[in-house]
Amino acid sequence: MFTRNARMGAACLFLALVPLGAFAQTKAVRYGFGAPATPGELSKFFSIPPDGRGLPPGSGTAAKGAQVYAQSCTACHGDQLQGNPQKGIGGDRLIGGRGTLATKTPIKTVESYWPFATTLFDYIKRAMPFSAPGSLSDDDVYSVVAYILSQAKIIQPTDTMNATTLATVAMPNRDGFEPDPRPEVQLYR
Amino acid sequence: MSGIPTPKFEEERRFPAPVPTDRRTFLFAAGSTVGAAAAAVVGSVAQAADQNTPPGAQHFHVAADPTKEQGRPVAGDGGYGSRSQFEAEVRWRFPTANEYSSWSMTPLDKMVGNLTASGLHFERHHGGIPTIDPSTHMLFVHGKVDAPRKFSMVDLKRFPSVTRKHFIECSGNGLTEWNKPTLKTVQGTHGLLSTSEWTGVPFATIAREVGLHEDGAWVLAEGSDAAVMTRSIPLQKMLKDAILAYGQNGEAIRPEQGYPLRLILPGYEGNTHIKWLRRLEVGDQPFMTREETSKYTDLLANGKARQFTFEMEAKSVITFPSGEMKLPGAGFYSITGLAWSGRGRVQSVDVSTDAGKTWYPAHLESVPEPICTIRFSFPWAWDGTPAVLQSRCTDETGYIQPTLAQLIAIRGSNGPFGSIYHLNAIQSWGVDADGGVTNVHA
Repeated sequence: MFTRNARMGAACLFLALVPLGAFAQTKAVRYGFGAPATPGELSKFFSIPPDGRGLPPGSGTAAKGAQVYAQSCTACHGDQLQGNPQKGIGGDRLIGGRGTLATKTPIKTVESYWPFATTLFDYIKRAMPFSAPGSLSDDDVYSVVAYILSQAKIIQPTDTMNATTLATVAMPNRDGFEPDPRPEVQLYR
Repeated sequence: MSGIPTPKFEEERRFPAPVPTDRRTFLFAAGSTVGAAAAAVVGSVAQAADQNTPPGAQHFHVAADPTKEQGRPVAGDGGYGSRSQFEAEVRWRFPTANEYSSWSMTPLDKMVGNLTASGLHFERHHGGIPTIDPSTHMLFVHGKVDAPRKFSMVDLKRFPSVTRKHFIECSGNGLTEWNKPTLKTVQGTHGLLSTSEWTGVPFATIAREVGLHEDGAWVLAEGSDAAVMTRSIPLQKMLKDAILAYGQNGEAIRPEQGYPLRLILPGYEGNTHIKWLRRLEVGDQPFMTREETSKYTDLLANGKARQFTFEMEAKSVITFPSGEMKLPGAGFYSITGLAWSGRGRVQSVDVSTDAGKTWYPAHLESVPEPICTIRFSFPWAWDGTPAVLQSRCTDETGYIQPTLAQLIAIRGSNGPFGSIYHLNAIQSWGVDADGGVTNVHA
């Protein structure tokens, strides 16, 4: 609550800062280095959280995705999406592995392990194909995402992926994660 | 490096120096001692290609008696020193199939002291090492902020800086060691650990500069490499002690460590220390990037996975004697190693020579600093009978480094495919009667 004394104090503080010049007039803790980042500059960046915010316009289907996959993905991830451990390549397996996570030989794939379909879009658009990252169009990314999810039997082969549908895809391992409980109290017994 | 023309030589090739036509100039250049010394240096550098010179060193003539010959001229190396041609320790790349998404490990067994030489700092890259011109590099800070801003490297260096020593450890350090002793040396078992002095701007300073919204809770950090590596970091951590670092061990941060700008998150797993940092986006939720969902999560025996397991917990390892070494015989040895904790200072280190039956306090060789390695030592009179050497770290929170059995009891043993990360168990080195040292589980 503002009392008369507090107001006077604030006024005195203001007067005390004024002689310091422009630096103090704005906000005493600001240095003012750097420059405003414009919407145009920021538009080249993206990061797609699970609610799908930031997904670009465009769409794709598994049928078109099969073509994109054959051209840009097969060499490292295999024509059956089985991965390629060959020296110099080392592409991850993308499908299969459901029901293996609680076994001695868990198989972690998009199908068995990834909790969000939005992550798949974000990562492919961001860093794939490995040797030409960021080279796919948004339609191609939607398409190849649709193809992988379709081959994983997570969506129907006829489903269209776009900014609305992608965030609604129910991934099999959506509830497979828990927050970090460490430090583990058992270690304190 | 030797064998590769320096920029100066490149310049000379492109713009050949005019041939001296003035006789006096020619005589001076050819006959002076300066000219002769320069020729000698060029000559000795030229030899390098033919010699088996270690990376980071230059080959020079070795005098039979260095007191009877003139040494090299001052600053004849161009002004940036190199290590001795007799020192050959190097990082070792773990043989992943792909050499662009791979890691290299620090030779802890051959290192002394506490800090890691910048050229031996471990690496983990997800899309190769980019070469970035600092004059065009920008850091964008946006999202839930009052005023989105961009900062050049010149801008960032104008802010008041902090300089702090911290270790960085990859959460995959030791991933081969869950089920059985696998890699033979401490470089293989623990070499995803390095310590540097980092210099940069606290994130808190930049946050004040752009103004945070009330609902900001997470910050996405993004790198400028081919993986465009991203991780979501709790805003609380960013404000507590995150550093936007441009300096490492007194000079510009090394390209393999994120030149020109790297996020340092003291005590957090290495992959969160985003290299080649170009963007920080404040959000209200984690962004659930590939690296924090499908990778860097810890799959337990029950099929559930722990997520956002950031802290690197208390750990230690004996670096001498360690795997593949051979003790020449019974007698005195100064056991030494490193201890660290992502939760604060190392409180104490214990050493056992009988597989953990009895423990004795080790000597800490410097004053513990927060979230920094410390070297410890322990005097050992080896009687020549088989022994198992172990070290155990206790940090200032009271956490004691666990045994492997304790960790597996909690997290299961689905490794190497399951819970491969965050192995901070006590390491055992077996010493045979003949002095041979091997990686063992005990």
